[in-house]
Amino acid sequence: MKEMIENLTKKYGKSRESLMPILQAVVEKENYLSEEAMNEIAKQLDISAAQVYGTASFYSFLDTEPRGKYVIRVCKSIIAEMKGKKEIIRTLENVLKVKVGHTTPDNMFSLLETNDIGWSDQEPSMLVNEKPYTNLTPEKVISIINEYRK
Amino acid sequence: MSSHNLKKTDIIFGICHTSDDNQNILPGGVCKTSRTKYTVLEEVIKKDPKDIINDIIESGLKGRGGAGFPTGYKWKFGAASPETEKYVICNADEGEPGTFKDRDILLKVPGKIYAGMAICGYCIKAKQGYIYLRGEYRYMIPELQKVLDEFHETIKKIGFDFHIDILLGSGAYVCGEETALMESMEGKRGEPRNKPPFPTIEGFRNKPTVINNVETFVNVVMIQKLGVDEFRKLGTQDSRGSKVFSVSGDTPIPGVYELELGMKLCDFVDEYGDGDTKAVQVGGASGFCVPRKKFDETIIGFEGIPTGGSMMLFNSSRSMYNVLCNYLDFFAEESCGQCTPCRVGCQQLIRGIKAVKCGQRPPEYLDTLLKLTDSMRLSAKCGLGQSVANSFSSIVSNFTEEMIY
Repeated sequence: MKEMIENLTKKYGKSRESLMPILQAVVEKENYLSEEAMNEIAKQLDISAAQVYGTASFYSFLDTEPRGKYVIRVCKSIIAEMKGKKEIIRTLENVLKVKVGHTTPDNMFSLLETNDIGWSDQEPSMLVNEKPYTNLTPEKVISIINEYRK
Repeated sequence: MSSHNLKKTDIIFGICHTSDDNQNILPGGVCKTSRTKYTVLEEVIKKDPKDIINDIIESGLKGRGGAGFPTGYKWKFGAASPETEKYVICNADEGEPGTFKDRDILLKVPGKIYAGMAICGYCIKAKQGYIYLRGEYRYMIPELQKVLDEFHETIKKIGFDFHIDILLGSGAYVCGEETALMESMEGKRGEPRNKPPFPTIEGFRNKPTVINNVETFVNVVMIQKLGVDEFRKLGTQDSRGSKVFSVSGDTPIPGVYELELGMKLCDFVDEYGDGDTKAVQVGGASGFCVPRKKFDETIIGFEGIPTGGSMMLFNSSRSMYNVLCNYLDFFAEESCGQCTPCRVGCQQLIRGIKAVKCGQRPPEYLDTLLKLTDSMRLSAKCGLGQSVANSFSSIVSNFTEEMIY
């Protein structure tokens, strides 16, 4: 952990402004921000752990609880709802065998909902990590998940 | 004459403007024009910054993020400061529900955004620019960075001393508010600051900062390219130019469209509606809901209903109660929690309309809730909390029956 944060501070610097990019990079690598990671960041940036946690907990993409390798965020905007979000969620819950807000036991997938992701012209939509998938149908969702399982 | 008042324009996307063939997973329909030459910057650098700012003032350009502050004056204030350290920020944190037009601008004409930022830097004497990109658009970074590298190379040859970095948000709607965005750039919680001081006096790192929407920067480039007169030919007295709209909901043709400002909503609905349009939400969750009977009298522009471009259409099969609940859940979740009117107000509005719907409260209780939104409009600290009142009051007063039964 120490080494990873050191590498990140080398890349992004040690100022308060480096905090967001560092937190984002840790989430990208570890899928979430552990207490250990936040303490180490605080130490190396020479700010309090509360400040690190304060920033981290503000942003919905900076998860402070363990997430799977692939974080699925289904858009829950009103347009998504109108275009069949419910069916997409039901399909995902069936395929992954977890409810919204949970992670599969093999730590592969977390299933979450999120606010508008900028694809209202092509709902239903979802993000898998940073990648958007649009115009979803139950069949399409199943094949996307199968791809990630390979 | 009614349905011919809608004028499609092509200022922002230039020769490349369709958004229909991206049915596949990633925005595959993105059409790439040949490498941008940035010739506009060669002309700009020969001009006096004051003249460029005057051009923008004269053009009548107002901010395209939704608030509509006159761009030229913002730049003038930024330029007036004697500080030597100044910043240009492009607000690419488009998080308003139903908005996706910046997505297409970023994917299709990023070079125009960079050029607009460089012109701003030249005018206010800033050497550093930032693009604050919403976390949901992280997938765009490789392509944006590639074009940005080419841009840096090219402007160096022209003689511009300007550098742009891309910073990433992490999924917080309120960071679209300019001062919250700057807090976020400084590594803090994205909580809006008190205003004044405004960013042109104390912005990023407490230095003078000009922050504009993605589309605004592109408009500046086009004003330089086309000339003020050509730009002023589009739109109305109060709303000059064209606007990129995000059209979604009950429409056979959802997508991104560029239209002349000042159109009547009835003409818009004729073109994009499904024949059964009951209401249009103009400006996203923080905007206004217009019912069918007001389509004729409603003008889309700064003299009527201003918008950042989100146009959500609802047909008569939709429950406006569900629409409002969705918006309120959104606001309650995205409220930064800093000020009481917004933090507590959003929660109370949700509880209130649910109580009325299930009969725990009498219909008259809606009036109490409307008074609450008035207080929020007056006392919330930032635009998020203040604008909850817009959708709430316009939906509740136009669709009262749907709220009760």
